[in-house]
Amino acid sequence: MTLALVVLLPFLGAIVAPLFAQAGRTAIAIASSLPPIVALAALYPHWSTLAAGGVLVQTHEWLPAIGLSLSFRLDGLSLLFALLILVIGVLIILYARYYLKKHENVGKFYSLLLLFMGSMLGIVLSSNLLLMLIFWELTSVVSFLLISFWNYKQDARRGARMALAVTGGGGLALLAGVLLLGQIVGSYELDDVLAAADTIKASSLYPVALTLVLLGAFTKSAQFPFHFWLPHAMQAPTPVSAYLHSATMVKAGIFLMARLYPALAGTELWFYMVSFTGMATLLIGAYTALFKHDLKGLLAHSTVSHLGLITLLFGMGTKLAAIAAVFHVINHATFKASLFMAAGIIDHETGTRDMRRINGLWQFMPHTATLAMVAAASMAGVPLLNGFLSKEMFFAESLNLNLPGIWAYLPPVVATLAGVFAVAYSARFIHDVFFNGKPVDLPIYPPHEPPRYMKIPVEILVFACVMVGVFPTFAIGPLLYAAAEATLAGPVPEYHLTIVHGFNLPLLMSFLAFFLGLLMYTQRQRFFDFHARFREIDEKAVFEAAVSRVVEWARRFIEVLENGSLQRYVLLLLLATLAVTIVPITSLGFNVGSLGISPIDLPTTVGSLILIGCALGAAAMHRERLYALILLSVVGLMVALTFARFSAPDLAMTQLSVEVVTIVLLMLALYYLPSWTPREASLFRRWRDAIIALVAGSGMFLITLAMLTRPLDSISRYFLENSVEGGGGSNVVNVILVDFRGFDTLGEITVLAIAALGIYAMLRETKLTAPPTDGQGHPWSTDAHPTILKQISRPLLPLALMVSAFIFLRGHNMPGGGFIAGLITAVAIILQYIASGMTWSHQRMPFNLQTPVALGLFIATATGLASFAFGYPFLTSTFSHIHWPVVGDFELASAMAFDIGVYLTVVGATLMILASLGRLTNQSEVKPGAY
Amino acid sequence: MNHWLTAPIVLPLLGGLLQIFMGYAPLGLRRTLGLATTTLLLVVSVALLMLADDGAYRAYAFGNWAPPFGIVLVLDRLAALMLVVTSVLALFCHIYSTRGTDAVGRHFHALFLFQLMGLNIAFLTGDLFNLFVAFEVLLIASYGLLMHGGGTIRTIPGLHYVVLNLIGSSLFLISAGMLYSVLGTLNLADLAVKVPQVSGSDQVVVQAAGMLLLIVFALKAAVLPLCFWLPQAYSTATAPVAALFSVMTKVGIYAILRVYSLVFGDDAGALAHLGMDWLFPLSLLTLAVGVIGALSAQSLRRLTAWQVIISVGTLLAALSLTSVAGTSAALFYLINTTWVVGGMFLVADLVARQRGSVEDRIVTAPRMRSRTLLSVFFLFGAIACAGLPPLSGFFAKVLILQAVTPGWTMAWLWGVIMVGSFLTLIAYSRAGSIVFWRNVEGHVKDPGRLTLPVTVSAGALIATSIVIVAMAGPISRYTDATAQQLHTPSAYIEILDTPQVNGGSEQ
Repeated sequence: MTLALVVLLPFLGAIVAPLFAQAGRTAIAIASSLPPIVALAALYPHWSTLAAGGVLVQTHEWLPAIGLSLSFRLDGLSLLFALLILVIGVLIILYARYYLKKHENVGKFYSLLLLFMGSMLGIVLSSNLLLMLIFWELTSVVSFLLISFWNYKQDARRGARMALAVTGGGGLALLAGVLLLGQIVGSYELDDVLAAADTIKASSLYPVALTLVLLGAFTKSAQFPFHFWLPHAMQAPTPVSAYLHSATMVKAGIFLMARLYPALAGTELWFYMVSFTGMATLLIGAYTALFKHDLKGLLAHSTVSHLGLITLLFGMGTKLAAIAAVFHVINHATFKASLFMAAGIIDHETGTRDMRRINGLWQFMPHTATLAMVAAASMAGVPLLNGFLSKEMFFAESLNLNLPGIWAYLPPVVATLAGVFAVAYSARFIHDVFFNGKPVDLPIYPPHEPPRYMKIPVEILVFACVMVGVFPTFAIGPLLYAAAEATLAGPVPEYHLTIVHGFNLPLLMSFLAFFLGLLMYTQRQRFFDFHARFREIDEKAVFEAAVSRVVEWARRFIEVLENGSLQRYVLLLLLATLAVTIVPITSLGFNVGSLGISPIDLPTTVGSLILIGCALGAAAMHRERLYALILLSVVGLMVALTFARFSAPDLAMTQLSVEVVTIVLLMLALYYLPSWTPREASLFRRWRDAIIALVAGSGMFLITLAMLTRPLDSISRYFLENSVEGGGGSNVVNVILVDFRGFDTLGEITVLAIAALGIYAMLRETKLTAPPTDGQGHPWSTDAHPTILKQISRPLLPLALMVSAFIFLRGHNMPGGGFIAGLITAVAIILQYIASGMTWSHQRMPFNLQTPVALGLFIATATGLASFAFGYPFLTSTFSHIHWPVVGDFELASAMAFDIGVYLTVVGATLMILASLGRLTNQSEVKPGAY
Repeated sequence: MNHWLTAPIVLPLLGGLLQIFMGYAPLGLRRTLGLATTTLLLVVSVALLMLADDGAYRAYAFGNWAPPFGIVLVLDRLAALMLVVTSVLALFCHIYSTRGTDAVGRHFHALFLFQLMGLNIAFLTGDLFNLFVAFEVLLIASYGLLMHGGGTIRTIPGLHYVVLNLIGSSLFLISAGMLYSVLGTLNLADLAVKVPQVSGSDQVVVQAAGMLLLIVFALKAAVLPLCFWLPQAYSTATAPVAALFSVMTKVGIYAILRVYSLVFGDDAGALAHLGMDWLFPLSLLTLAVGVIGALSAQSLRRLTAWQVIISVGTLLAALSLTSVAGTSAALFYLINTTWVVGGMFLVADLVARQRGSVEDRIVTAPRMRSRTLLSVFFLFGAIACAGLPPLSGFFAKVLILQAVTPGWTMAWLWGVIMVGSFLTLIAYSRAGSIVFWRNVEGHVKDPGRLTLPVTVSAGALIATSIVIVAMAGPISRYTDATAQQLHTPSAYIEILDTPQVNGGSEQ
């Protein structure tokens, strides 16, 4: 529980700290430092166990489905890192109190800083790789927000996005790597993974997994060729840089290598990948650092170089090298954090970080200068300081690599060379800043020593550098031993933490590096001139340009695909349909089922010829809208006749009335459209479309042929048998509609109702100006409502209503029903609209057309709900026969009520749609709110 | 038979009818009634989910006609899950709409509720033709909602949407006809019984019908190359509609999952996993195009619309693995993506309202009034969408990645998802840093204020990404059980034994 709490504390702090923002910087700094201090206190009792080589693992289940558990692990390695994170974290919090200005958003700053601290603690304390990964990516996200803290600066935003892209991308690689490890091992628990080292290395997936994991580590720890993000991350406020570059962020990758060292290291692949990457990073970082005029730039590149050094040590694969690596992690963190803080103080007090302007600060701030010089000396590897010790170990290890032939010289040469550069840039940091003449027009002059408390964190860290350098065994011995033991997950070889091991080759290399480095510094102008010949690359600009290029490319790609053409989308839909069905349909071929082809008779042949001819005609004449519409209506009529011919009178009647309504509506719409359109498609397109249509049509033909020639053994037999007995009607079609599948009908009338509402809503605000003349330029007839039509239509209405009542009532037993009756009524009323105009019609139907729609739907639904009262499912029907004088024996089915609902909805919806369209025509004629 | 099964359908139907009857009642009253309906729907859905969690299939035979002759509703874990996913999303979208969206056109609440009715029919029905009817209800209501607020900018993508979907409906009908002509039934369970029994040329007809059906569902789900209608339609729709529509593509996915796990599932003999070999590469391509689209996006709404397509690709890639793990992972992902993407549409709208004429375009503009809050919403949403820890998107992604076993499938799936995530990350960080951080001097005249309802609804949908993480254990247990259930189609078939009710004696 303790460990989870340790990780949780900074997160809690992140929530609580901003509340103190109003109380001033001191208050919030104190509030923010409490979580790490409490965490340190919570870790303290475990030291005795760990010193004895113990490991503390605390596990809680979380998501066993993906192998994720809340398990935490405290051993030497994680303790070491946790201490660095917490102790340096507290110092940074103190330092930032004086660094940040009063008006800045300190609440956000401390909150993010604590979030970051918590995430880092999570990484180092996780005992489950997936859990570690969660914290890993959290650091990427939070560092993004920290780097862009001053988000009004373009450089800060770009630097942040670059850091996020590189480390976040690396995190994805790491995720893949971790998942692969999980696949190999079968668990993400660190104990299991470390125990399965041999299985992992023997697995065929090992190279992939290793590469992916290392990609994650290298991106995070700014290894070549991913090192470029790190120097740009210094756009962050200096406390953040100091934290990110020393104890945290970049050390996460190093930590990962250390953590998985027993499981992954020790193979050729590991050796080559890690050590060569480390070497390249070491050299490139050290070289570039020398040429940076920006104080923080120098430090940032030096960080890259030192990270390369540590990586190289891990890559070497020997146990002593790994110990040296862990040791250097501590040393680098202490001197680099203090150097960044010193740079921040200088920046704070002089207003610039340009070393060409900052000179001779010794006179102004001797105290800070002393501290910075000691830390820089440690960075250079001067004896009696901690940097020297680990560097000596590094030199010694570089000599012990068993590379073949001349390659054996490579590591020591690279090591020495990097040492030379390190001495040179450290010398620059000391000499250029604190001596070397007078300052050159500083923005703030004269500089002063910073506030007392701002120096305390630096003092503590520099003191640590000296202590470790002079009394290594006393100051760091037990902790290093515990960490080494945890890293190696096995016996620790003998090593000595003494100041000088006697006069040997490593010491010689140190002297050489020292001498040459100072020489190089004195001759720096020549190197600067040499370096100036190469064009400096601004990685941010490169990154930004790359992103812009990708975005531009994506934009063009999408514009080509998503061109906003309906024709294109329909084409794609049809092609996709053909593509997936072409294989089964061709294998079906001209397949005639057991029923065979029925004989051809004259009426059917003539009918189909008319149908085909009109359909083709409609397609051919589609640019002449009126003719196309007339031809289409013929097609509809022929379909109705076909239904009638094949004994489907209900369908025929429905089709007929639907056809009438549709054509009337389309005619209304035509009014607003030009009567013909110019030819828009090219010849190629028309032929292409014709061919696609032909192929699709042929496919449809083959399918229909196969379908219609098969004997249908289906559930329809049940409907035939149960229609009278169970449904109380002998018209099976109607019984299916209102009973067997009444729910479908309810759905469909809902569709009708929604369509009516939708069209009403859509057209209500629309105002269309009708063309003054028709396509040929003839003016419209002035006689909008011809008298003859008026006179004929009025007596027709009662007749039509009677017919529709008749059709409705017989529906259950004979062709008819609510749907058809509704359409007939609608047609009859539409005729009144056409003949006498809207105003006249509305005066005679003074109600809101939405009412019949909603009422119809409600009646249908209520009929369904009524069954509940009798304990039957929704829409269960019942019926009985009653005797109705004159009419005769009459059957009353509950389905009839349902059918009334259908009827009302159909009438209402049809009229509503029509009225909405008609309203456009007769803007002036209709009263507002008339329907 | 449990009448509550009909509640998710009847409730919004009656609620919608009430809205029509009260067309001229004060807006406040209509809003209250509308929200009450949606809230009740959520309560009912959650109750049904708890009911379904015992693993039994509950059938409800309309009109007391025993399956396969009548229409049945079938409640199982999947259906219940979809109901809850939809009603949670719907409630917050509905709340959001009450701050003015519902007043820019007529009948918003009625259309909104009918839309929910259509969705719920689709999730509950056990009948192929009834699924068609559900699709019709959905289509027509969604068309009305898309057009809500009017304007040419909405008319064109709306027309594309409705025309394509009407073609889709025709294909659906043809396909249903083909299946009926050979198998003689439309009940899904009955189809599942009959499909393994066909052979010869009959089998070929069924195969063609199955593939046709896949096209219909793929169009609904917006799978490449049938996805290009989506970005324009979604990004021009009013915010609560766009947000609600993040569940619309999931209907297509649901239909694929239902039909291809049951009718063409593990037990379908020669036709088992029909079309899944097509679906896997297509879904990866969909994902890729979605990512490219996200990179190309010039406004937050379009970015989110392309995120919908990314989600579709990811989801279907996991589904087409046809394994229990893959299905479970896909379902987990579905919950996450539906809610969060819905929330992102709302956030994009809130951003647009505070930036004047620039709206939500990814360009420099004066600083927003509520920058901090909106940027936090966006940050969380982006993290969840891009699948970064610690939000739900990450867990969903891990589940999907873990669902494959080493091999070429794994290489493709991992490769596309990883590269896709990386590019999505770039797209979101670019969009976010420009919209929220790159400010110019000046101020927007009369920027929209954040009112409580809109803030809460957008925030709540984004916050689901935290809730899902907190409840990841129970949720993944549920999706696991759901996937198990789906991969045992034989149990579903037992609903065919549902007896007729006799007299008023039963519950």
